[in-house]
Amino acid sequence: MSKSNSPLNDFMNGIWKQNPIFKQVLGTCPTLAVTVSIVNGVAMGLATTFVLLFSSLIISMIKKLIPNQVRIAAYIVVIATFVTIVDIVMKAQFPDLSMALGPFIPLIVVNCIILGRAEAFASKNTVVRSGFDALGMGAGFTLALIVIGSIREILGSNKLFGFVVLPDTVEPMLIFILPAGAFLTLGILFGIANNYEQKKKDKEIQKAITAERSTKLVTAPASVQTETEEA
Amino acid sequence: MELLLIFLSAAIVNNFVLSYFLGICPFIGVSNKLTSAFSMGVATTFVLVLTAVVTWMINNLILLPAGLDYLQYVSFILVIASLVQFVEMFIKKTSQPLYRALGIYLPLITTNCAILGLALFMALRDYSMMESIFFGLGAGTGFTLALVIMAGIREELELADIPKPFRGVPITLITAGLLAMAFMGFSGLI
Repeated sequence: MSKSNSPLNDFMNGIWKQNPIFKQVLGTCPTLAVTVSIVNGVAMGLATTFVLLFSSLIISMIKKLIPNQVRIAAYIVVIATFVTIVDIVMKAQFPDLSMALGPFIPLIVVNCIILGRAEAFASKNTVVRSGFDALGMGAGFTLALIVIGSIREILGSNKLFGFVVLPDTVEPMLIFILPAGAFLTLGILFGIANNYEQKKKDKEIQKAITAERSTKLVTAPASVQTETEEA
Repeated sequence: MELLLIFLSAAIVNNFVLSYFLGICPFIGVSNKLTSAFSMGVATTFVLVLTAVVTWMINNLILLPAGLDYLQYVSFILVIASLVQFVEMFIKKTSQPLYRALGIYLPLITTNCAILGLALFMALRDYSMMESIFFGLGAGTGFTLALVIMAGIREELELADIPKPFRGVPITLITAGLLAMAFMGFSGLI
């Protein structure tokens, strides 16, 4: 039990075991929309992580002050404030990225990951644990965006980080930069993730069965022996 | 003519779900059954049009003249959340059958990115009041259209033999991808 409460565990939880995209199916809208290239994916992931971290911290600090009935509205106001900060900073410091991401920066407000973590974790746990949980979720989200973004960028425009990686003879598959490609990429990755989990589960079941069998084999002769002794 | 173009553009050519990726959560979550998909679409369209009117007024009559445009996100999302709550109470009081049909979908609409997305696009493109209403109507029609088509396909998919890891969300996403490809055919229309 003490292991599952450690900050490191809270952090690792978000990366795979409860990955916001592949396990919880939260925040699919920005995932599909901004992963045209890896740079956009990273920017979106970092912006979301920033908002997630600070809103989780604030919400877990003031959780006792918020009346239960208006908690969702209060969470949304906290989140929207941090999104406004991110948006203003991005516009000033990285105008190109801000243009490329367009309305998807303000749309972080309604990203279900942030409200979901506020409701499910930050409102019930300490400030430190909420912080680590937010960082883990943010990292899991960013990693998923990087994977999807790099697949789409390589297949769709033969580039990675804006540099050409595939030779000219390979025709870029334009479809992967278009909306349809986003759905297809995420759908196939999702299937692969499910397949991996399924195989892992099957292996565990197989292991449990063989372990049970071997204990039976060990105990069986012993019981036979005692029977013969009694006889 | 201008208004018709805005409507068609939002509904078909730049469909909110299939080319702007707005409202994917309900699109995946509520598209199992044709009837619930249609109810959800109608409820969302209703809220979209109301949001278009109210956020246009707030943006153009209060925020912009006072130079408070950095408050856009906070005020938009608060207005949308309270609007949804208000609509829910109003429908509950006036029409019980309608409430029973739409009731459970209404709270979900607050976190539908299509609503906030609509408000942001309106502010970005400087639409007039009338244009905003048609934009909202078009976005709602497009959302309903995508949801209903998807629900129809998914009802058939129930009977298909899909590889086990692809059941559920993955096959829905892949179907949506094919649907988006089909909608690309409209891209030269306007």
